[in-house]
Amino acid sequence: MLLTLLLVLLLVLLAAGGYGTVAPARPQGSRYLYGVSLAVCTVLLLLALAHLLSGREPLHLSLPLGLPWLGLHLRLDALSAFFLVVVNLGGAVASLFGLGYGAHEREPERVLPFYPAFLAGMNLVLLADDAFAFLFAWEFMSISSWALVMAHHREPANLRAGYLYLVMACFGTLALLLAFGLLAGVDGGYGFAAMRASQTPPALAALVLVLALLGAGSKAGLVPLHVWLPLAHPAAPSHVSALMSGVMTKVAVYGFIRIVFDLLGGESAVWWWGGLVLAAGGVTAVLGVLYALMQHDLKRLLAYHTVENIGIIFIGLGLALAFQANLMYFNAALALTAALFHVLNHSLFKSLLFLGAGAVLTATGERDMERLGGLIHRMPHTALAFLIGSAAISALPPLNGFVSEWMTFQAILNSPELPQWLLKFLVPAVGALLALSAALAAACFVKAFGITFLGRPRSPAAADAGETDRFSLSAMFALAGLCLLAGVLPGLVVDGLGPVVGLLNGGARLTDQYHQPWLTLVPVGPLKSSYNGLLVMLFMAVSGVAAALLIHRFASSAVRRGPAWDCGFPDASPATQYTAGSFAQPIRRVFGSLVFQARERVTMPPPGDLRPARLEVELHDPVWERAYAPIAAAVIAVSTRANVLQYLTIRRYLSLVFGALVVLLLGMALWR
Amino acid sequence: MALIDYLVQGGQMLLVLMLAPLLTGWVRWVKARLLRRRGPSPLQPYRDLVKLSRKEVVLAESASWLFRIAPYLIFAALWVAASLVPTFAGGLPFSWTADLIAIVALLGTARFFLALAGLDVGTSFGGIGSSREMMIASLAEPAMLMMVFTLSLLAGTTELSAVARFMLTADVGLRVSLALALLALVIVAIAENARIPVDNPATHLELTMVHEAMVLEYSGRHLALIELSSSLKLVLYLSLVACIFAPWGMASAGAGSAAYGYAAVIYVAKLALGGVLLALFESSIAKMRVFRVDQFLGAALMLGLLGALLLFVSRSL
Repeated sequence: MLLTLLLVLLLVLLAAGGYGTVAPARPQGSRYLYGVSLAVCTVLLLLALAHLLSGREPLHLSLPLGLPWLGLHLRLDALSAFFLVVVNLGGAVASLFGLGYGAHEREPERVLPFYPAFLAGMNLVLLADDAFAFLFAWEFMSISSWALVMAHHREPANLRAGYLYLVMACFGTLALLLAFGLLAGVDGGYGFAAMRASQTPPALAALVLVLALLGAGSKAGLVPLHVWLPLAHPAAPSHVSALMSGVMTKVAVYGFIRIVFDLLGGESAVWWWGGLVLAAGGVTAVLGVLYALMQHDLKRLLAYHTVENIGIIFIGLGLALAFQANLMYFNAALALTAALFHVLNHSLFKSLLFLGAGAVLTATGERDMERLGGLIHRMPHTALAFLIGSAAISALPPLNGFVSEWMTFQAILNSPELPQWLLKFLVPAVGALLALSAALAAACFVKAFGITFLGRPRSPAAADAGETDRFSLSAMFALAGLCLLAGVLPGLVVDGLGPVVGLLNGGARLTDQYHQPWLTLVPVGPLKSSYNGLLVMLFMAVSGVAAALLIHRFASSAVRRGPAWDCGFPDASPATQYTAGSFAQPIRRVFGSLVFQARERVTMPPPGDLRPARLEVELHDPVWERAYAPIAAAVIAVSTRANVLQYLTIRRYLSLVFGALVVLLLGMALWR
Repeated sequence: MALIDYLVQGGQMLLVLMLAPLLTGWVRWVKARLLRRRGPSPLQPYRDLVKLSRKEVVLAESASWLFRIAPYLIFAALWVAASLVPTFAGGLPFSWTADLIAIVALLGTARFFLALAGLDVGTSFGGIGSSREMMIASLAEPAMLMMVFTLSLLAGTTELSAVARFMLTADVGLRVSLALALLALVIVAIAENARIPVDNPATHLELTMVHEAMVLEYSGRHLALIELSSSLKLVLYLSLVACIFAPWGMASAGAGSAAYGYAAVIYVAKLALGGVLLALFESSIAKMRVFRVDQFLGAALMLGLLGALLLFVSRSL
C-alpha cells in the first residue's frame, strides 16, 4: 500500500516533468512546478521517515511492467527508506530554493521538464528490487541530470563537461551491468531477492566488488574516476548542482552499499575488500580537498570538495567491510553508522553551500572568487547561512560534520585488533590521511568564505550585490538549522540509523543512545569515549555571552569607526587584499609541488620598464595527465588509423565482411 | 554527583582563566631575565587586559559583524576547550562532554574564526596571517590527532581523565610510542601557540609574523579578549602536556579539600616549570623561515604516525 502510494507520487513527479514542457510559456508555470516538486518531496520524505522510524518489515510490490519474464519489483526496506529521506530532504529544499531562484533562469524550458524527472529517477533507483529496474532508473537519473548539466549549453566549457559526463556515466553503467550479470549467475536471476539468496563464488564476488566500486565510484566521484564531477556539477543551475553534489552522489553510495553489503552480503567479505575500499577512500579524501584548495571558481571548489567527502564516506564503508570480514560486527556497526551519518551530513551542508553559491551567482553574476568579496555587508543572511555550512563541512564542533568524523576516528581507533598485517599498516595511514583532509578542509573553507564574503569587493558586480529572495533564504536556513540540530543531538540520528545498520550488519547495531544522560553520544560502551554536542554548544554559548555582557557592562562598549590600520599603510585599492590564489599559496607550496608539480614563475621587467611584473603558476592534474590523456590519445590514434575504413569501395567492404565471417567461424570451430 | 565535584569543576574553569595572563607574563619575565633585561613584572598582562578592555574599539570601516563577534566566539571555544583539560583533578562531572579529539576540534573552531577575522577587514597583513595560519594548522592538526591516536590506543579511550588515570598506572612503562607522541605534542604546541621558531609572539611590522598579523586590526576590548584567548591556549597546551605526560600529584574525584589544594599547588608548579622550559627553548633558538615550518611540522606528523603505527603493529606481537 505504502509502496503504491510512493509510486503514484513518482508518477506525479513525472507528470510535473511533462507539465514542465509547457510551463515556461505560462506566467506562474515555474512556480507551480517547483511547488509541486516541493510538496511531493515533502510527502515522500515524511513517508520514508515514518517507515524508517517505525522499524517495520520490508515492503514488496511486483508489477507486470518492464521485461516480460521479470516484471517490475519494488522494495522498501530500512536502507532505501534512509536514502529516500536523504534524497527527498535535498529535493524538497532544492525545490524551495527553486521557487525563488527559478525566476532568474534565462532558458527555463531547458530546466523545468528535466528537474522533476531527475528527482523521480533518483527515487526510483532507491526503490528498485531487480537489476533491470535499478539500471533503468540509474540511467534515467543520469540522462535527466545530463540534460540539466547542458541547460546552459552555449558555453563551450559546459559542452565539454556534458560530453565527459556522458562518457563516464556510460562507463559506470557498464560496470554495474557486468556486476549485476555476475550476481545473477548463469540462471539469470535478475531479481535482487534471487541474488541475495544465491552464493556467489569468491573469485566472482571479488570481481563484483571491483565492478561495483568502479560503477558506483564513477558516479560518486572516487579518485581517479572523479574527473567529470567538478566540471559537470557546477555547470548545472545551482539548485540542480546542490542536488547532484549533495544527493545524487549519495544515490551512488547507495548503489555501492546495496550491491556489496546487501546483495553480496557482508559474510562473504574478504579482508582485502575492506583494504581496497579504505585505500580508495583515503586517497580520494586528500586529493579531493587538495584539488578544491587550488580552485578559485566557487562552485567548482564545492564540487571538488564533494570528492573529499565521498572519500570520507568510503573510508567508513571500507572499515566496515574489513570488520565484517573478520566477524567483528560491533565495530562494523560503528564504522557503518559513521559512514551513513556522513552521508546525511554531507547532503545537508553541501546542498546548503551550493544554494549559497547560487545566491551569490544570482546576486553578482560571478562564480570567480577573485572577482567577489565583501558580500557579508550586502548579503548578511546568505553569509550567515554559508558560514554555518562552511563551519559544518570543516568538521567544527558543535556542528554535524564533526560528529561523523569523530565516529570515523573512533572506528579507526577500534581497529588494532584486525589480524591482517596489511590492514594494520593501512588503517593508521588512512587515519592520518583523514586527519590531514579534515585540517585542509578547514583551510579550504576559510578561503571559500573569507575570499567570497569577507574583505572588500573586488569588482563592481560584488559591490552592487543585493540580498537574495525569501524562498532561497528559507531553504538555506532550513539546512543550516538541520546542520546544527544533527550536531547537537547526534544520538537521535544514530538511533534513527539503527535499523539500517542492523539490516546491513547481520543484526548488529549500536546501542540506543536516547536514554544516555544529557543526550551524550557514547557509541562504544561506558569505558570508551563520549561526546556531547549539546553541552559543548551550551558551554560555548554561555561563556561567550557572559563574556560579552560582562565586558559591555563593566568595561567599555564604545565603538568608533575609522580607516583600517594595516600597520600604518592603509591602501585604498581592494586589489591589495589577499586573493583566492594568494591565500592558497603556502599550501600550494607545501603540498602542491608534490601532488600537482606546481611551479611558480616570476617575470620581473628590467628597471625603467613600465610593464607590470608577472607571477605565473603552473599546475598539472596528475590524474588527468597520467590516466585520461593517454587513453584519449590512444582512442584518437586508433580512430585516425581506422578512418581509412570509411572510404572503401563496396567490393572491399564485402570482402571485409566475408573475411570477418571466416575468422569468426574458424574461432568457433577451434574453441569447440 | 556531589556538589563538591561541580565546585571543583567550576574552580578549574576559573583557575585556568585566572592563571592564563600570569603564565604569559611569567614566560615573558623569564625570557627577559635570560636576555639579561629586567623585564616587566609577570603581572603586566593583567594590567594590559584591564586597560585594553576599558578603551573604545576602533573598527575599520570595512569590518563586518563577523569581525565583532569573532573575539567572543574564539574566547568561548578556547575557554571551553581549556576547562575540559583536567588540571589538578581528574574525573570531573563534565569530563565526558568532550574527549581529546573534540578538544582538538574546538581549537580548530577558534582558529577558523580567527583566520576569518583576519580576512574580514580586507588588508594584506590580515590575509598573510590567515593564509599562513591555515597552512601551519593543516600540518599541526593531523600531527596532534596522530598523537591522540597513540594515546588512545594505549589507554583504550580518548577521554582525557581516563588517559591521565591510565598514565598513572604501573603498566605504562617506558614506551617508544609515548616518547614520539610527546615530541610531536611539543612541536605542535610550539607551532599552535605562535612561539619561536615558528612565529614570534613579540614581533610587529615583520613580514614573517603569523598570529600578530591576523589580529592586527583588533583594538580595545576585542584585542583584550584575543590576548586572553592566546594566553588560555598556552595554558591549555601546558596543562595537556602535564596531564598526559606528568599526571603525578593530580587529585582524583572525591578527594578531600586538602588534597585538592595540594594538587592545585602542584599544578601551578608544573605550569611554572613549563613556562621556564618554554622560555629557555625560545631564547636558545632562532626563528625559521616560513617555508621551513612545513618540514618542522611534517616531522611532528611523521613522529605521530610512527608512534601510532608502532602500536598498531605491536598489538599482535
